[in-house]
Amino acid sequence: MITIDDILETNRMITENKLDVRTITMGISLRDCAHPNMQQFCQNVYDKITTSAEFLVKTGEDIEAEYGIPIINKRVSVTPIAIAAEACKTDTYVPVAEAMDRAAKEIGINFIGGFSALVEKGYTNGDRILINSIPQALTVTDLVCASVNLGSTKAGINMDCVREMGEVIKRTAELTRDRDAIGCAKLVVFSNAPGDNPFMAGAFHGVSEADKVVSVGVSGPGVVKHALEDLKGADFSQVAEAIKKTAFKITRVGQLVAREASKRLGVPFGIIDLSLAPTPAVGDSVAHILEEMGIESCGAPGTTAALALLNDAVKKGGLMASSHVGGLSGAFIPVSEDAGMIDAVTRGSLSLEKLEAMTCVCSVGLDMIAIAGDTSAATISGIIADEAAIGMINNKTTAVRLIPVPGKKVGETVEFGGLLGYCPILPVKSQFSSEAFIARGGRIPAPVRSLTN
Amino acid sequence: MKLVVTIVGKDRVGIIAMVSNVLAENNVNILSINQNIMDGFFNMVMIAEMKDSKIKLQDLQKILSDKGQEINLDIKAQHQDIFNVMHNV
Repeated sequence: MITIDDILETNRMITENKLDVRTITMGISLRDCAHPNMQQFCQNVYDKITTSAEFLVKTGEDIEAEYGIPIINKRVSVTPIAIAAEACKTDTYVPVAEAMDRAAKEIGINFIGGFSALVEKGYTNGDRILINSIPQALTVTDLVCASVNLGSTKAGINMDCVREMGEVIKRTAELTRDRDAIGCAKLVVFSNAPGDNPFMAGAFHGVSEADKVVSVGVSGPGVVKHALEDLKGADFSQVAEAIKKTAFKITRVGQLVAREASKRLGVPFGIIDLSLAPTPAVGDSVAHILEEMGIESCGAPGTTAALALLNDAVKKGGLMASSHVGGLSGAFIPVSEDAGMIDAVTRGSLSLEKLEAMTCVCSVGLDMIAIAGDTSAATISGIIADEAAIGMINNKTTAVRLIPVPGKKVGETVEFGGLLGYCPILPVKSQFSSEAFIARGGRIPAPVRSLTN
Repeated sequence: MKLVVTIVGKDRVGIIAMVSNVLAENNVNILSINQNIMDGFFNMVMIAEMKDSKIKLQDLQKILSDKGQEINLDIKAQHQDIFNVMHNV
């Protein structure tokens, strides 16, 4: 029996603690769009996206109104273009990105992901073309997001691609230097990328997925923090319990929205991603949860343990609340998108090295981090290699979304605006070279733990 | 389909009358009413049944919200499911 207190609690979570559905993402397969003629392929892609997701935004708005839960983003993810476009006789996939961008604007979504390649074991021709097209594609389009998966526990790490992606990130930054390297904010380099992640910029529609699915990412760092405010001094068992119960409630909202969206759009339900995703808005910070647990400033000793507890408790609570859980499902630590993280960097308590340690116990990775524009490609590749290794050995997803801002140095700030936020430039130990290491190339073999049979 | 109407604001004469009038005019049947005062704020929750009503939920929401604003109340009408799923295992 629902009580008045339950009802008021739910609405307080929404109005005061920023509970929301962060995204409804429709995954769309482009496997049936293949065509040797690039223009025809682009038309097929445009048509498939605009027909499939024609009512996505309206459905999101209707559900938001009827249930009283804000649905912040409506997005689309597609089959990695390196695969979908491979039959085209061409040497650039920039027109495909342009078609995706036009389609996205036509249906009113705010990002479209899937300008991607999966190269953890090696390149095909389509992969090469896609990766080469990334800098230009992200410069001439607004809503397209790109990603490259270059490592996995089963396959090891493609170190040729690691070297290349350092250079791609630098080129993308250079081409968008007049917009503070915003191209790099739309590019993710992965290890163990999931095919059903609904969050940008790393969303793509995996090749083993159905023709269309609808997935949901919920969010409520503010709700979790609020639940801990009544537990000052309580021991960790109680903290974990409170987070678990809160995660259950948050995820239940996502499950409801996903089921409704699936019904109204006539598209099968995919997964709920349990991730706690912050925004730069006040009261919506993951760092503040860690600080509520008793760390004076995020990044100080104890932070990694706090994050491990948080991530695990969120999963336990969320798992019970949903019939299918997938995507990244953990805590996000994107620096520029979290007001608490931004403050911690400014105060000096949070460094790149500490963030790297934190990526061992949470989802995502080194996300939305601005670094000095003169950081070398090899250093960036070194950072990518480190994250890929963490993911590969620990059988988890890790990623890098680094933004080397041309012309900016440590001590300055870069402003992306909106959900992408702003952040101070983080120092990197780039005075010591990684050139010779990265120049080697080849493959780091899959670790022994990949042999699970 | 069951609806939850929540009213939050400063207490005054006529709140229940106003809301139940709107619901009655639209053939929405009130099933239960619960009310308390918390931190000086009047909180009321009504559970109502919309199945015999011809009005669309989003239109009803607008009428209630507008009328609420006239007398300084925050009135929301939501599909009951969002509360059911959160507070039941």
